[in-house]
Amino acid sequence: MKWGGVVSFFASEHAMRAERVLERAELPARLVPGPREVSPNCGVAVAFRWEDEPKVEEALQSKKIRYEAIHRFDLDDEEGAGSGRVLTGETA
Amino acid sequence: MSSAETDIYMDNAATSWPKPPAVLEAIQEFFANAGGNVGRSGHSRSIESSRRVSLARETLADLLGAETPDEVIFTKNATEGLNLAILGLAPEGGRIVTTSLEHNSVMRPLRHLEEAGRCTLEIVRADGNTGEIDLEEWSAAIRRGGWCLAVATHASNVTGALLPIEAMAHRAAAEGVPMVVDASQSAGHLPLDVVALGASAVAMPGHKGLLGPSGTGVLYLAPHVDVPPLIRGGTGSQSELETQPDFAPDKYESGTLNAMGIVGLGAGARYLSEVGVDAVYARLTELTRRFRDGLAQAEGIVVYGPDDPAASIGIVSVNVEGIPCATVSRFLDDESRIMTRAGLHCSPAAHRSLGTAPEGTVRFSWGFDTIEEEIDVAVAALRNIAARRAEAAGVVG
Repeated sequence: MKWGGVVSFFASEHAMRAERVLERAELPARLVPGPREVSPNCGVAVAFRWEDEPKVEEALQSKKIRYEAIHRFDLDDEEGAGSGRVLTGETA
Repeated sequence: MSSAETDIYMDNAATSWPKPPAVLEAIQEFFANAGGNVGRSGHSRSIESSRRVSLARETLADLLGAETPDEVIFTKNATEGLNLAILGLAPEGGRIVTTSLEHNSVMRPLRHLEEAGRCTLEIVRADGNTGEIDLEEWSAAIRRGGWCLAVATHASNVTGALLPIEAMAHRAAAEGVPMVVDASQSAGHLPLDVVALGASAVAMPGHKGLLGPSGTGVLYLAPHVDVPPLIRGGTGSQSELETQPDFAPDKYESGTLNAMGIVGLGAGARYLSEVGVDAVYARLTELTRRFRDGLAQAEGIVVYGPDDPAASIGIVSVNVEGIPCATVSRFLDDESRIMTRAGLHCSPAAHRSLGTAPEGTVRFSWGFDTIEEEIDVAVAALRNIAARRAEAAGVVG
């Protein structure tokens, strides 16, 4: 799976909740160790498909899930999570 | 020798037993498939633990009617939650208004604040038998002026008598006074909607009506409430900062969580959601009615608490005339394997309100698993103890 974005959180509790919310909204997502370039705040982040970005944002906000930021981030499962890199400085 | 088959456990107000099988299964499943530290690492077992704790938080938030799971803080018991809320909301130099039916988990922090000269304390008398409190008196005490905090129990842990907690909370809210509610005996035993209640904080144990293991508790903190944590330390979040995170739940949950306990508590809450807390309340009421009816007109037995079983919550206190309550409790255990709690139940103020201080009472408290036959055995055992006493007194007399 090509993940084009990650959501960073202040608390891992919120990352867990975000994973469930996206799963229930049938938006592909997975928890990944928080890439350092994205956020040092908590250990984990949630990766998602960049084309789903508006839906991801809406789902998280409608469930009042507190997140730090949404990042455009290239993360490829085939190459392992360690290959992720920030593509641009842009955040959603 | 203790046997689960023959034991008649009637001390659910101290801690519930047995737990639903799903609670034990969830704890075992946690160690089999998770077991890492919650929120600390990115590896699979850490994430699996975090997932389970997060799901437990969500289940509890749903059960209590919280708007978001961030309002659910895990504590080690109700006492920790009460201390956090009371010390955090204590009006320095102001007044705290409370009732005469409080447990020491409320009374001791309040007396501490009073002795330290940080607050004055005003105790509004509530009837230990009925839970009735003069709402005008309650309002007047709150309205007396100055910075104020209201603290009250939802139900007496001595008689099970329910207080008009919604009305009390609404009166406090009307005066802009924050309120802390001790839901130790009511959580899981009758429907509770924290948003409708409108209190700033509601503390409860995880190991009583919520059916989790000991070492668990929940503090509901309303979204607008911002109080200091009781302890500070590692949270797994904002590790680069040497200061405490300012967001819930991390702000209030420093150090490694009791993950297995919380997972068990989550399973208990899920069980309650499936059964329905209103069904639990109806069941407890039925059992209380059967017990009270069984003891009606029993010679030498004094029964405390509201006449209407629906005005209490699965607890009945009694005394057998002429026999100390601790002796009655021992007879019940030795002769009939009936487990009760004798004494003051950590609530000297409530016993004074009831007129049973300093000796106390024998307290019977049911759970989701209590059956009619057990109630009948308890009634017969109590009647037998009283009859023996009457006979002995007659011989002596």
